[in-house]
Amino acid sequence: MPETTSDKVPVTVLTGYLGAGKTTLLNRILSEPHGKKYAVIVNEFGEIGIDNDLVVGADEEVFEMNNGCVCCTVRGDLIRIIDGLMRRKGRFDAIIVETTGLADPAPVAQTFFVDDAVGQKAKLDAVVTVADAKWLSDRLKDAPEAKNQIAFADVILLNKTDLVSDDELREVEARIRAINPYAKLHRTQRSNVPLDAVLGRNAFDLDRILDIEPEFLETGDGHDHEHHDHGHGHDHDHDHHHGGLKHYHDEDMQSLSLRTDKPLSPDKFFPWMQKLVAEDGPRILRCKGILSFKDDPDRFVLQGVHMILDGDHQRPWKPGEARESRLVFIGRELPEEKIRQGFESCVA
Amino acid sequence: MPDTAADIPSVPSVVECTRPIAAGAPVVAVHMLGNEAVFVLGEEALLIAGKAEPRRVAVHGGGILCAASDGRRVVTGGDDGKVVAATATGETAVIAADAKRRWIDHVAVSGDGAVAWSAGRQAFVKPAKGEERTQEFPSSVGGLAFAPKGFRLAVAHYNGVSLWFANAAAKPEVLEWKGSHLAVTFSPDGRFIVTAMQEPTLHGWRLADGRNMRMSGYNAKVRSLSWSAGGKWLATSGSTQLILWPFQGKDGPMGKQPELLAPRDKRVVAVACHPAQDVVAVGYEDGLILLVRIGDGAEILARKPDGDAVAAIAWSASGALLAFGTEGGEAGILDLA
Repeated sequence: MPETTSDKVPVTVLTGYLGAGKTTLLNRILSEPHGKKYAVIVNEFGEIGIDNDLVVGADEEVFEMNNGCVCCTVRGDLIRIIDGLMRRKGRFDAIIVETTGLADPAPVAQTFFVDDAVGQKAKLDAVVTVADAKWLSDRLKDAPEAKNQIAFADVILLNKTDLVSDDELREVEARIRAINPYAKLHRTQRSNVPLDAVLGRNAFDLDRILDIEPEFLETGDGHDHEHHDHGHGHDHDHDHHHGGLKHYHDEDMQSLSLRTDKPLSPDKFFPWMQKLVAEDGPRILRCKGILSFKDDPDRFVLQGVHMILDGDHQRPWKPGEARESRLVFIGRELPEEKIRQGFESCVA
Repeated sequence: MPDTAADIPSVPSVVECTRPIAAGAPVVAVHMLGNEAVFVLGEEALLIAGKAEPRRVAVHGGGILCAASDGRRVVTGGDDGKVVAATATGETAVIAADAKRRWIDHVAVSGDGAVAWSAGRQAFVKPAKGEERTQEFPSSVGGLAFAPKGFRLAVAHYNGVSLWFANAAAKPEVLEWKGSHLAVTFSPDGRFIVTAMQEPTLHGWRLADGRNMRMSGYNAKVRSLSWSAGGKWLATSGSTQLILWPFQGKDGPMGKQPELLAPRDKRVVAVACHPAQDVVAVGYEDGLILLVRIGDGAEILARKPDGDAVAAIAWSASGALLAFGTEGGEAGILDLA
């Protein structure tokens, strides 16, 4: 998505349950010769084996904001550290924030929208979640943090795939997709993903949500290609109904995708959206959208975490580009009918 | 948009009194030591400028995160874990080096030569003579300030401010208010404490009875606070005008409205009150600096806007010199005598 140019420092948030392989990925990012320099905010010193004077220890201090919104929390330490790192702007290309395995990604993400100084200088590039293929299914049952981390992800590394069978792999992928059908999913061993699949994703991969119909999702990027390249002439496990992808419905976490090719009215949309997050914000973990407003030559991009919304004109619609509005939600017990009807009522 | 000096060429100007100084790196703070201006750069060094050629003085092996001054020296804290003091002649002394090389987030200097600093949740005080003391707080320290008289240190943190007597064994007294408290300052008469919060608001306490004061209405986090001569007003950044809270009466700003001066469509980012007169130097995000008289709002142009945000402003103790630095690495000293 090179249309948006910005001198804001991109920030990648690295999450994942304990032992999933975050530190392995971090060490790869820091040691591979990619010509980029990263400032790294880690939750525990000493785990990184790299000598880098731009490694900073964080305290994971979650602060509530006094704005009448219970779910509006920020990471106080992150605000302080990013402010300090900006003293050395020019010495690094991007920032990586590692969170502990038990961390909720919401306060991290909200920090970039709520704090004006941080928001002016840095932008959230992507939330990358490393998941353990062998244990994720269990963690999704007993650890709400693990589920939040999957729900928040823009990119998911399903790691340690060498430790599970093909059946188990499809099972865990289906569990992930039941929570978050929009994230880019990579199967990995020892976190061995091309780094450009993790870094420099740009603004939450917003464009991607336009390209995906969750119902027809295949099992992940590389595997789509494999499927096509091999043609139809051979029989392996990827059979015809959705490439063997199992379908699950997670009991408490759902996603919802809305789309219209009719232009929206900004005078209807923004009040509706603000009311929606004010009422149902605690249940909405994330929302993302690309919107086409009536008489507006620009694409409008929107993203939100709980009650916090952040939006901007992104770029002009291109000639011939389908002027379509698309809005997705991931959350707990989402009031689906209410959201659908509300969205439809915003048509200009 | 209201008219201001930036828009009216006929407004009096003192721009020609400026001696420009190329700082060569972003300026993050400035302090006056006598007639020498000490520009604190974002990384590694101070730039000391008086009548002679500006001199770079190395103080840290990395980013400089905080600075404070008592008029005799400038004390800085860095991401190298060091607390360093520098004099106008460029002599430096390492006051402390953190054993774990943690970032020094905040420093404060008292009138009697004590230095305080913090790293994460831990605050330290080193008296002019005597042993270094330390105290752990419930969350990261957001700001430090010594009381105008005595040895009491205000430590801002999440959900309040702690008042710590470093030479007493007693637990610090806590002034509670929900939320994250950052910069903290005592009124010059020592009767009030004011914090700038994570939200765009100030919070204050009257120390005599702990009464709370909420000072809100800002559209950005308040990063610059300055007391006017005699402590009559508290000047602040954080809005598209200069905000002045009245502290003359015994109730301070309780139940009162602030004075709003020098309105523009650009945000005020740095303020510095003249040491003797009711005049405030007001720096904006587009680089404009105005001298604003508190009584009638009269404005004098001190720096033309050029899009380079003002980072810091300081007056000399005599009030004759005004130093400024910008985020883009420009600096200057105005001789108004």
